[in-house]
Amino acid sequence: MIRAVIVMNTQGKPRLLKFYEFQPPEKQQELTRSVFAVLSGRPDNVSNFVEADAIFGPVIFSSLLFVSFVAEITKKKKQEEFKEGTRLVYKHLATLYFVFVFDSCENELAMLDLIQVLVETLDRCFKNVCELDIVFNFNKIYNNQMKTTVFMYVELGSSYVQMHTILDEIIFGGQVLETSSERVLKAVEEISRLEKSSSSVSFVPKSVSGRFGR
Amino acid sequence: MEQLKTIGRELAIGSHGGWGQSKEFLDLVKSIGEARSKAEEDRIILREVESLRRRIAEPDVPRRKMKEYIIRLVYAEMLGHDASFGYIHAVKMTHDDALPLKRTGYLAVTLFLSEDHDLIILIVNTIQKDLRSDNYLVVCAALAAVCKLINEETIPAVLPQVVDLLAHPKEAVRRKAVMALHRFYQRSPASVSHLRLCDNDPGVMGATLCPLFDLISADVNSYKDLVISFVGILKQVAERRLPKTYDYHQMAAPFIQIKLLKILALLGSGDKQASGHMYNVLGDIFRKCEQSSNIGNAVLYESICCVSSIYPNAKLLEAAAEATSNDSHNLKYMGVDALGRLIRINPDIAEEHQLAVIDCLEDPDDTLKRKTFELLYKMTKPTNVEVIVDRMIEYMINISDNHYKTEIASRCVELAEQFAPTNEWFIRTMNKVFEHAGDLVNVRVAHNLMRLIAEGFGEDDEGAESQLRSSAVDSYLRILGEPKLPSLFLQVICWVLGEYGTADGKYPAAYIIGKLCDVTEALLCDDTVKAYAISAIMKICAFEISEGRKVEMLPECQSLIDELSTSHSTDLQQRAYELQALLCLESQAVESVMPLDASCEDIEIDKNLTFLKDFVQQSIENGARPYIPESERSGTSNVSNFKSQYQHEASSHMLRFEAYELPRPSPAHVIPQVSVPTPIADFFPVPETTYNSETSQASKLSSVADASSAAHGIKLHLDGVQRRWGRPTYSSSSGPSSTTSTEKTTNGVTHIDGVGSQSRDKLNESRRQQPEVSAEKQKLAASLFGGSAGKTEKKATSTQRAPKGNTRNAERPGVSRSVSPETSKEKAAPSVPDLLDLGEPNPTSTTIVDPFKQLEGLVGPTPVPSPLDNSVKTSGLETPDLMAAVYTDLPPSGSSSGSLTSTTRDMHSADKTSNTATSEPSIKKGPFPQDSLRKDARARQVGVTPTRNNPNLFKDLLG
Repeated sequence: MIRAVIVMNTQGKPRLLKFYEFQPPEKQQELTRSVFAVLSGRPDNVSNFVEADAIFGPVIFSSLLFVSFVAEITKKKKQEEFKEGTRLVYKHLATLYFVFVFDSCENELAMLDLIQVLVETLDRCFKNVCELDIVFNFNKIYNNQMKTTVFMYVELGSSYVQMHTILDEIIFGGQVLETSSERVLKAVEEISRLEKSSSSVSFVPKSVSGRFGR
Repeated sequence: MEQLKTIGRELAIGSHGGWGQSKEFLDLVKSIGEARSKAEEDRIILREVESLRRRIAEPDVPRRKMKEYIIRLVYAEMLGHDASFGYIHAVKMTHDDALPLKRTGYLAVTLFLSEDHDLIILIVNTIQKDLRSDNYLVVCAALAAVCKLINEETIPAVLPQVVDLLAHPKEAVRRKAVMALHRFYQRSPASVSHLRLCDNDPGVMGATLCPLFDLISADVNSYKDLVISFVGILKQVAERRLPKTYDYHQMAAPFIQIKLLKILALLGSGDKQASGHMYNVLGDIFRKCEQSSNIGNAVLYESICCVSSIYPNAKLLEAAAEATSNDSHNLKYMGVDALGRLIRINPDIAEEHQLAVIDCLEDPDDTLKRKTFELLYKMTKPTNVEVIVDRMIEYMINISDNHYKTEIASRCVELAEQFAPTNEWFIRTMNKVFEHAGDLVNVRVAHNLMRLIAEGFGEDDEGAESQLRSSAVDSYLRILGEPKLPSLFLQVICWVLGEYGTADGKYPAAYIIGKLCDVTEALLCDDTVKAYAISAIMKICAFEISEGRKVEMLPECQSLIDELSTSHSTDLQQRAYELQALLCLESQAVESVMPLDASCEDIEIDKNLTFLKDFVQQSIENGARPYIPESERSGTSNVSNFKSQYQHEASSHMLRFEAYELPRPSPAHVIPQVSVPTPIADFFPVPETTYNSETSQASKLSSVADASSAAHGIKLHLDGVQRRWGRPTYSSSSGPSSTTSTEKTTNGVTHIDGVGSQSRDKLNESRRQQPEVSAEKQKLAASLFGGSAGKTEKKATSTQRAPKGNTRNAERPGVSRSVSPETSKEKAAPSVPDLLDLGEPNPTSTTIVDPFKQLEGLVGPTPVPSPLDNSVKTSGLETPDLMAAVYTDLPPSGSSSGSLTSTTRDMHSADKTSNTATSEPSIKKGPFPQDSLRKDARARQVGVTPTRNNPNLFKDLLG
């Protein structure tokens, strides 16, 4: 299964963290940091796969006294969970790293394509996605009927929530749910449509949105 | 542009006016985005968290505002700050009726809470209600929460609702419900018995494959009857009978194919009959797979994995070997991995790709390198072990990652122990490993090394043995000069010097003792090393005394004794006093206390403690109660008591959502066997079965023998490694001709040599035809792969790998035995028709029959199909071909507009070639440059100036 999805920028700032097995916040930070340390050390023209047992697997104590003892345990563990090799696939796009962490039940190349699906979907949703979309609170909604782009200025994180929504349509409970970015997009659009129609609270004053719709 | 500016201005005005807090958000986000350092960012977020903490607790926060706060909290926590004070508000938000608020609430709780958090109790009720909601979005949100938040105890509370959802009209909901059930199964396998195999929708069917994969990997045998159905589905998928919407980059539902292939690999491994059904469809996939796209390669790779794990079929193997292509880095990685899998079945395959493999070894990519080392590890043979281990050590020295260093060190040791051509080489290699990774290797490795030196590798020749020992002593005395040796290595050195330092008379006792004293004075010397050193000194003194020579006490040695006899460690004290006492004894007594070369003597251990029998008998006669073994004391009655008690305890402080569940069968109670601790146990060789699980998989031939060796495991202690060292093996460093000659003399199997050299010649010829490859690489290739050319080597390998147990047996009939797998393969081949060339459907295959229907029929093995399933089954039976029905139901919609697909394709191809082109951003910015401009203008409008934080991005946007 997929164990985590991490989106961070090239300075190691997390932009989206989603762990499918619960990790306390401190651990999340630590994992993100070590993943970043690995990724930033890799040159550009190499493969997109990293074996991540050292990061996500059993922790190794640095104290010398424990080393032989731990090495023994690690070895045993490894033999038991020989198939549990945790790997990560990443993609470096503009200023962002997209990282999927998963175990041996998944196929690396397929995961690479899943990142592609995520990026494509984000790209379509935000129209040319970039870090700004994820960090800043621009939410651009492409209005098919009006064939115009309407900017809406909503509260912080609407794009962040949107990203989570998209991700939830692609990966559900650590398993791949959907791989067609069109269908994901359709689902996400329907969600936002229904949310708006069912919402009793209006987020954007009618007058303002009307003014922007051209 | 003018218009854009107006919009921006209006927005800016709006943010000041209409939305109150929004300006604040903007500032916050802006400052986070522009924060130069982690500390600055932390400061900003901390301030934010503080203000949130204050505001969120205010009474009458408007709901919309609250939603904002919650999202800000999620954001703060993502950046690593504690937001636990807001958890309860997130939980409250899930109770809200408004959909956006509810969804936000669920999102926040799934990100905040663990499945064992106390607040979960407050959510379960809401989840139950929401699962029954008629708004499917609410249901989906609740299901997402179910996946993350429900633990073993709360499963029964929501299980019925989730099962009901399997009949939901919305396909998306059914799919998620299946996933949720899968999650339940992962949490507690006993709780779920509702997995449904058939559904009208291929998407739901695809989702079902995930839990099925888990079920099958847990218990392969009870699902063997599904093989034909799975093959049928795979065939239909591969023949593009799914709706077009499932296509991905011109592949038909690749993710479903991959899952199916994984399942088939599980089902087919070691099962000839089941594998027989698969050959046909696998051949199809090989033929159809286009290697131009990433996903195509993914499917291809998966089918190679499948082929390599099912019962081997020569034709398919050939096809698979051809498919291991090496283009980009990603594909190289997969190719090397695939080679590693195939090599287990047929070692010759790697030969065709040898130069590619060597390229990988010199690649700057670390991941690829590791993968390649894994491959080399799998293909190590006596002929190439020197090259491979040398390479590994070289690599090991340069890496800093302890985790991987440990692994590669243990692999070096393993290979060296298994295939070492000469004793000197072995000791040299071990020295290198210890020197560079000494603290990371297993203690047993050190013990093994000591034992090997002590026992001289089982050679009868006393001369060779002592020669080995003195060479070891030589090398250790040399190494001792180097600073900072790992403690484990020092222990080995001390022990060897103590036992054999003076054995050949080359070095005077005083010299060795002086060296040993130096060891203890080193800065990093721990107590264990000191103990080893003082024991070694004691041994040397003892040997000297028993030889009748006078031992003059060096001043540093005397000061060492003085120091240790006042040591904090009682162990060191005792050793020091023992040494002092020993020095006063006369030679006769010393000889019996410390006999020469006694380390090889077996110490008999009376595990039954028979010598205590009299005493026990006497005590019983005196009225003592007889001893009851621990296993009987905590017998079955106690186990159940314990279990129920545990359950009671568990239930007492947990809320129960159901009355009482049926008592579970108590798991087998395993009590660790208490055995008399034996000090010598560490010196036993590690049983081979645990040591190299991988290589034992490699040949079925050896696995049989392995089992027998495992059975003998306990008795085997001393002859284990001897056999590997039983005779000098060929060294590859000397050219081919000398190899054959040594083979001739040492092996006595003359008739094989001709074959070996002939095929080697052939290989050389073929290699000569590739002039563009550098000579150095070729040399490396030759040393790595040359051995595998001749069949003789292969046989030698199998005998070499055949485990200890019966030394003589393994060597002599080796030739005849190793032929057997090939003959069996030949036998297998005709029984399976030539599948790759099959043009028409196989008469035995049942592809005409609808596989879904079969699945329905075969649903039996899954325990207790729920009543719900029946209704679906009948409805399923009404439609003769469900796939066709689906096909008509969902006519292939004209998938997407041309521009979009072209963008996608561009992105895809860009991705493939992009690894080299990094200066140009990989995201294609589409055909709307004005979009980017607009976005940039907006960014500037609200006060964000392009910083060097993301120069690429802006170049991207503006260019």
